[in-house]
Amino acid sequence: MSFTKPTWNVGDELESCTLPPVTRLQLIKYAGASGDYNPIHTVDEAAEEAGLEGVIAHGMLTAAAMGLPFSSYLEHGYVRGLEVRFSGMVYLGDEITVGGRVSEREESGERCTYTFEVYANNGKNTVASGTVDFLVLEDFSS
Amino acid sequence: MKKFAEAIGDPSPFYLDEGVAKASRYGGLIAPPTFPRTFEYGEVEGLGPPGQGYIHGEHRIRYERPLFVGEELSCYAQVTDYYEKEGREGPLGFLISERVGESPEGERIFTMLDTAVITPAMRESRES
Repeated sequence: MSFTKPTWNVGDELESCTLPPVTRLQLIKYAGASGDYNPIHTVDEAAEEAGLEGVIAHGMLTAAAMGLPFSSYLEHGYVRGLEVRFSGMVYLGDEITVGGRVSEREESGERCTYTFEVYANNGKNTVASGTVDFLVLEDFSS
Repeated sequence: MKKFAEAIGDPSPFYLDEGVAKASRYGGLIAPPTFPRTFEYGEVEGLGPPGQGYIHGEHRIRYERPLFVGEELSCYAQVTDYYEKEGREGPLGFLISERVGESPEGERIFTMLDTAVITPAMRESRES
């Protein structure tokens, strides 16, 4: 792993990342892997019947995207808490950008919990926002 | 879980590479933070399947420790709160449900809280 142990300060920005456009195949894969077969996520007619312009991504797929920036640091700690408020629909072709900043830092011995305010937007509006608590653990040597 | 990691576009070796995970502090593969939403928690009578008849408003999860691939879990769900707020097209219902995952010994591993928003149109179609 190439990522060194992170130390952040309150106010530090998380490097934002933009994901590839949402595709129907991705939503089909997520439906299969999650067991959420609600057809508004995969079938145009079902989405239109529900009053949508087209199929929308699963909210939990956007929630997962908000955890992605932290995966690079799993060697040093893990996502202890995630809170997501969904505020907009994600349609096919949307490019989701995820970013955030450190709002709190709490040290406890050799451990440190960082709270990030995080957001996801689709280039037009914020589709989800919330917080991620990332717990950095004591040093580990195998 | 490998399919899940692929679907969310997260190829972290701690989710996928047993060699890396085994040599790490975790001692084995761990699960992505949003994975537990896909588990079976039993049925809450009248609530229906997730994602149908309501909008997913909020998702919260808190871990007591990482969740390991291959471990056995005991899961349950309960409705913890319901309230209504006046919306533009009538009352909006907010249903809060808690989902818990425990080890077979009863050690709590994670607690999830989800908010389902029931719109007036959805309520009508449920009642008909």
